[in-house]
Amino acid sequence: MSNIRLLQGNEACVEGALAAGMNFFAGYPITPSTELAELSAQKLPRIGGKFIQMEDEISGMAAVLGASLTGKKAMTATSGPGFSLKQENLGYGCIAEIPCVVVNVQRGGPSTGLPTSPAQGDIMQAKWGTHGDHPVIALYPNSVQEIYEVTIDAFNYAEKYRTPVILLLDEIIAHMREKIDTDLLKDKIIINRKKPDCKKEDYLAFKNTEDLVPAMSDFGSGYRYHVTGLMHDESGFPSNNSEIADKLVRRLVDKVETNKEDIVKYEEYMMDDAEFAVVAFGATSRSAKESVENLRKIGIKVGLFRPITIWPFAEEQIKNLSKKLDKLFVVEMNLGQYVTEVKRSANKDCPIKFLGKVDGNPITPSEITNFVRGNL
Amino acid sequence: MSVSKIVKDNFRDNKLPHIWCPGCGHGILMHAIARAISNKDLDRDRVCVVSGIGCSSRAPGYMNFNTLHTTHGRALAFATGIKMAEPDMHVIVVTGDGDSAAIGGNHLIHAARRNIDITTIVFNNNIYGMTGGQYSPTTPTKEYGTTAPYGNIDKCFDLCKLAESAGATYVARSTAYHAQGLTKLVEKGLDNKGFSFIEGISICPTYYGRKNKKGSAVDMMHSLKESTIDVKAARKKPELAEGKILIGELYNSTEEEYTYRYSKIIELFDKE
Repeated sequence: MSNIRLLQGNEACVEGALAAGMNFFAGYPITPSTELAELSAQKLPRIGGKFIQMEDEISGMAAVLGASLTGKKAMTATSGPGFSLKQENLGYGCIAEIPCVVVNVQRGGPSTGLPTSPAQGDIMQAKWGTHGDHPVIALYPNSVQEIYEVTIDAFNYAEKYRTPVILLLDEIIAHMREKIDTDLLKDKIIINRKKPDCKKEDYLAFKNTEDLVPAMSDFGSGYRYHVTGLMHDESGFPSNNSEIADKLVRRLVDKVETNKEDIVKYEEYMMDDAEFAVVAFGATSRSAKESVENLRKIGIKVGLFRPITIWPFAEEQIKNLSKKLDKLFVVEMNLGQYVTEVKRSANKDCPIKFLGKVDGNPITPSEITNFVRGNL
Repeated sequence: MSVSKIVKDNFRDNKLPHIWCPGCGHGILMHAIARAISNKDLDRDRVCVVSGIGCSSRAPGYMNFNTLHTTHGRALAFATGIKMAEPDMHVIVVTGDGDSAAIGGNHLIHAARRNIDITTIVFNNNIYGMTGGQYSPTTPTKEYGTTAPYGNIDKCFDLCKLAESAGATYVARSTAYHAQGLTKLVEKGLDNKGFSFIEGISICPTYYGRKNKKGSAVDMMHSLKESTIDVKAARKKPELAEGKILIGELYNSTEEEYTYRYSKIIELFDKE
């Protein structure tokens, strides 16, 4: 059986979210993410879910966290300037360990920038946008079909690791229309957060469990507990104790960093005999794929490494590539963000070449081809 | 109901004593809320108390419900998510003058505009206490704060007027001196199916009082009594209300509540 449809990237994201169990959406209109809110507004009441358009981006993020505390699977969506405003409560979601999905459809920045043009300038903001050390899972699909699938992954990781997950899209893949077949994923596992089974009086909402992810009870279910953005002990009550603070921040970061094997996803294309690799993600990786094919036709042994998980960083994979290959070509629609991590992780003998673009236009296959040929 | 029963039923006694300064009015306001919850006999598992940042916002930590201490100004935004997600929960917001009227002002007017069933109690101490005495949106003009060393040139907000004009369907004011009156107003706020806004005037002897030579905590409590007049008495004899702050029930109306309106949209599709 198949269920083939022609969908826009943003539409596929909502379909994927619904497949993952999304039943709450709060947001604020912003180009180029608005279709996510529009479609959620249309679909959610039909399944008994809730949609609310909030007064601003900040409250959209806050309402999502509030809803998630009651056990809902909640999502918000935004773009550049809105993503900046989300950062305050995104940090709250990290320290209070509240699962949710935050979609950022990247557009040209800084500030209002180029609202209807694509960019990949929020790679570092996804990692360091909110203050303090904190866990980050950020995923970045590159096709409409994959947006559907990775949106489900985003919800699954949020629930499994009890943390906000950032889904990065860009204006190109969000507004592009492609064929998708949702039946291909009908057996995909849906993960729900771990709930407590202890006695109510014994429940510690922020317990240092072995798997680093404490069980989370729904507000209203009888396990009354306290949630704060302050440093807190296992009961959730504020604490200034340095040992408690240290333990908490390390656990929050470690629950993602020690599970990279589960979280870090990527695609390798024509890499078996490759001497060089183009590293690209999102819309740019589509151009990179075509460029790799064209370069192969003229005898250049180049492959594509495409991270789907942007954070945590694919450190081991990049390190291995750099040991094996003669050169890496990192291509992104910014002035050099992902490439800084590539340089940090790569073997020092492996040259890293960078191609960036910030004029609001996509990077074309021929631009990548010329860049590779000119830097061999 | 005895104080010990109120404490036992509503507070996390292992988290007490609270952090507020000696003479602060906040403990009295928090107790009035707890007493109102006891008087209404609400299912405590279904009560959620949400706060922002500041002295006032430490209250939920001591209260034995589902409690959420959020980011500065955002309590109403988090609370809106909770109420939308679980309309049959009793959602109470505890906030301060800076939290609700400065950084969270936008959330206040929009929660009121929606008439969402959240009972909001503002602990108004006319100052930013937690950060050490800066002027707030309710610091009276010409008075002093650490950031108004030559006197405040801002105009002071009437929070009840703001809430009423933004769409709140229940608006009331009381003070830390009038604790019993406050309890009744919170009860009526909890009864109201819509956005209820209750201003509880507090005292901050540590910063506001000291900066403005208001005397001791006892003097400040006394002035809460002297500077206020019940709204009913004021209506009978307007000449008595001259220069005084009105307390009591200021506005009460009935309008369809927000989550009820959304439930009607869901019902459209129930048969599908």
